[in-house]
Amino acid sequence: MTVGLEVVLGLAAVLFALGLYGAVSKRSAVMVLMSLELMAGAVNLNLIAFSRFTTPALATGQFFAIFSMVVSAAEIGLGLALVLAIYRQSRSVELSTMERLKG
Amino acid sequence: MPESVNAIAFGILAVAAVGGSVGVLASHNVVHAAFWVLEVMLALAGLFLLLSAEFLALVQVLVYAGAVSVLLLFVIMLTLRRREDAIRPLDASLGAAALALTFGGIVFAGLSRFSAPEVAMPGAPLDTAALGMLLFDLEGGWVLPFEIASLVLLVALVAAVWWSGEGKRR
Repeated sequence: MTVGLEVVLGLAAVLFALGLYGAVSKRSAVMVLMSLELMAGAVNLNLIAFSRFTTPALATGQFFAIFSMVVSAAEIGLGLALVLAIYRQSRSVELSTMERLKG
Repeated sequence: MPESVNAIAFGILAVAAVGGSVGVLASHNVVHAAFWVLEVMLALAGLFLLLSAEFLALVQVLVYAGAVSVLLLFVIMLTLRRREDAIRPLDASLGAAALALTFGGIVFAGLSRFSAPEVAMPGAPLDTAALGMLLFDLEGGWVLPFEIASLVLLVALVAAVWWSGEGKRR
């Protein structure tokens, strides 16, 4: 009983699709950021699976995953700081209160 | 584990990850959703371990399961004035579901005609020491991206403090 690259990619696609649904449908900024984290996790899973099954000796995908983790950690930190700043201005984390950003 | 990973452990972790993601999307309570995110991140760390990426599994536990979940919970705590504010409608959206299903369908259509290349596996999986040697190899290593990544983290740190601080000038 073994699992190949395709199965891992399929699992990552399911996780990414769930995160995509949450990121588009949720109306609370915190929930949108959580969904973005799910998507980032799926991407990292993809990178590590490719590293494991195609370049096991060089581990290129693992380095890509390290840098992608750095970027998504910075993204969640900045995103939550922005949520706090917006909450101080409008007393709400609903995305509908940010509609004045529309051009 | 020469050419493949254990299917039973993979199945358990896959069910945990997908179930946790559904839990995030189906939680009425924002705090419950944050704990489901924590569960998904731990399951992903287990999957990384299964894919012989031990260093990344530990980083995943430390950064995502540790720091990011605490950050999420702090922001939820700071942005809720009453306990009832944590309960939210599910925000079901047909358009978003159609988008996600289209994306999944396209990926699975691509996967159905995809075949992984046959690569010879090394005898032992890469351990953390070997990973570090590859990362800081001066020829063909990743030193410059590593330094840029640390700069990104520093800038993000300063900016997060700047934005979330009270700010006397305002």
